Amino acid sequence: MAGILLSHTEKVYITHGVKNEYRSDGRSNIDYRPMELETDVVSHASGSARLRLANTDILVGVKTEIDVPKPDKPGLGKIEFFVDCSANATPEFEGRGGEQLANSISNIMLRAYQSAQAFNLKQLCIFEGKQCWKLYIDILILECGGNLCDAVSLAVKAALFNTRIPFVKAALMDGGNVDLQLSDDPFDSKWLDVGSAPLLVTLCRIGEKCVVDPTAEEESCSLVSLIVGVTGNPKYYNDYEDEEELPAFEAKCSVISMHGPGSVSPQNLRDAINQGIIAAVCLDEALGKTLFRERRDTEQFKRHSYGFLK
Amino acid sequence: MPGPDLLSSQGLRLDGRRPNELRRIRCKLGVFTQPDGSAYLEQGNTKVLAAVYGPHQASKSKSSTEAVVVNCQYSMATFSTGERKNRPRGDRKSLEMSLHLRQALTAAIKTELYPRSQIDIYIEVLQADGGAYCASVNAATLALVDAGVPLRAYVCACTASMAWHGGSPAPLLDVGHVEEAAGGVVLTVASLPSTGSIALLEMSHRLHSDYFENVLSRALQGCRDIEVILDKAVRDHLAEGWTKQDVVTV
Repeated sequence: MAGILLSHTEKVYITHGVKNEYRSDGRSNIDYRPMELETDVVSHASGSARLRLANTDILVGVKTEIDVPKPDKPGLGKIEFFVDCSANATPEFEGRGGEQLANSISNIMLRAYQSAQAFNLKQLCIFEGKQCWKLYIDILILECGGNLCDAVSLAVKAALFNTRIPFVKAALMDGGNVDLQLSDDPFDSKWLDVGSAPLLVTLCRIGEKCVVDPTAEEESCSLVSLIVGVTGNPKYYNDYEDEEELPAFEAKCSVISMHGPGSVSPQNLRDAINQGIIAAVCLDEALGKTLFRERRDTEQFKRHSYGFLK
Repeated sequence: MPGPDLLSSQGLRLDGRRPNELRRIRCKLGVFTQPDGSAYLEQGNTKVLAAVYGPHQASKSKSSTEAVVVNCQYSMATFSTGERKNRPRGDRKSLEMSLHLRQALTAAIKTELYPRSQIDIYIEVLQADGGAYCASVNAATLALVDAGVPLRAYVCACTASMAWHGGSPAPLLDVGHVEEAAGGVVLTVASLPSTGSIALLEMSHRLHSDYFENVLSRALQGCRDIEVILDKAVRDHLAEGWTKQDVVTV
């Protein structure tokens, strides 16, 4: 993303390390870097989250609006992604410089969330055919340190987990026009069901092996990278008393995308996708447990809010 | 005339402050590692991030042989306002704010030290609750200090308005969004408090010239108070050493 200058020797060093499952910071090929996550950072938004994955900093705000559903999908709500590459990350993003990158990320996210098994839009419906909720998911990229798509998908899932949808208190039907009354109490709302929301995993092909969570230096060594979107497991995002009432969980791929001027053989592709699914399942579990812990701390008033001050 | 309900009968404002009280300011220098200097500032509920790149080589079109070119960009996040904003930057108001920022900050930077160079200052407003321009100027000052750009003095900005308390005029310091929307006059001042000079002055709505001096002096006093807060933050930051890169396990 931002221009990293690497000498030929450094590239060889990284490539040889990856071949032996050993990267320059000591991780293995499927290890992620440490992350910091905090939700509810922006009070004007219905839900928000800030994620810091080493040097990459993403801030997501979710706003809700009442809208008319699409005529061919009257029982479903709407969802819209908007990515803004802030000039804080690099001066090249000034003005409209970051638009191409922003569009590519928002397109991948939209495709990942399109399937009904990834994100159920039925929960956003108010009155079939007349009124539904529209979610505006606004992603602000504050700093680029490699691996943007993963960080964006994690932050989006965390922000959606934090989003409250107000309950509709009363509705007056006035000859076909519906007039809604929403409750004034901010706590009289429901949480969204985001257990199965997809997480994107970027796999960079360096030499013959694929690495997960590439740093900016590793990204500049690779010719082609593969992005896999894998649906999440609702088990970690809801309080289920009885473990047996859940259907058996199967991770599903909701989007696959490739970037870069290189190419991948079919066998490598299959291995990479499997690797991505394994990484996504582990990531999903860790994210779910953390978000749940944070929600519990908030409900018991044990949580400190840091925002950007820490 | 501003509405009479900006000050209650006990002399308290809509958010419970006294007329000469600033909102709580919390700030941090060195928030990001990529820019040369960065800062985060919260003034009440208004939250602003500033990043400084430079001085670096100027693009050919903008280069000047006498002084450094200061390039500012003011951008508001789409979720920063109550109503969702469609475009973060590029609209008229953001361009005007960028020019005002440039005006205020160029007055403070020692521009003659870096001819043929450019300093980029990028402001990102995360939450706007009135006084976003002032918070931006204050955050930009901290970011410039973090980047090591030589300044003549701190630049601090503050707003002031006017309300009526039992028939006598009472100037209000640091106007919030609700007070701004109520329709009263808003005077924005960016000054270099240690030298006492004013870099930028802007006013909206009407104010009788009899009260102008009063409101202006209240705003300048606010700038001096903000300078004390910013100075303390800079000294605390330097006392604790290099910028911290937090590592927290999940």
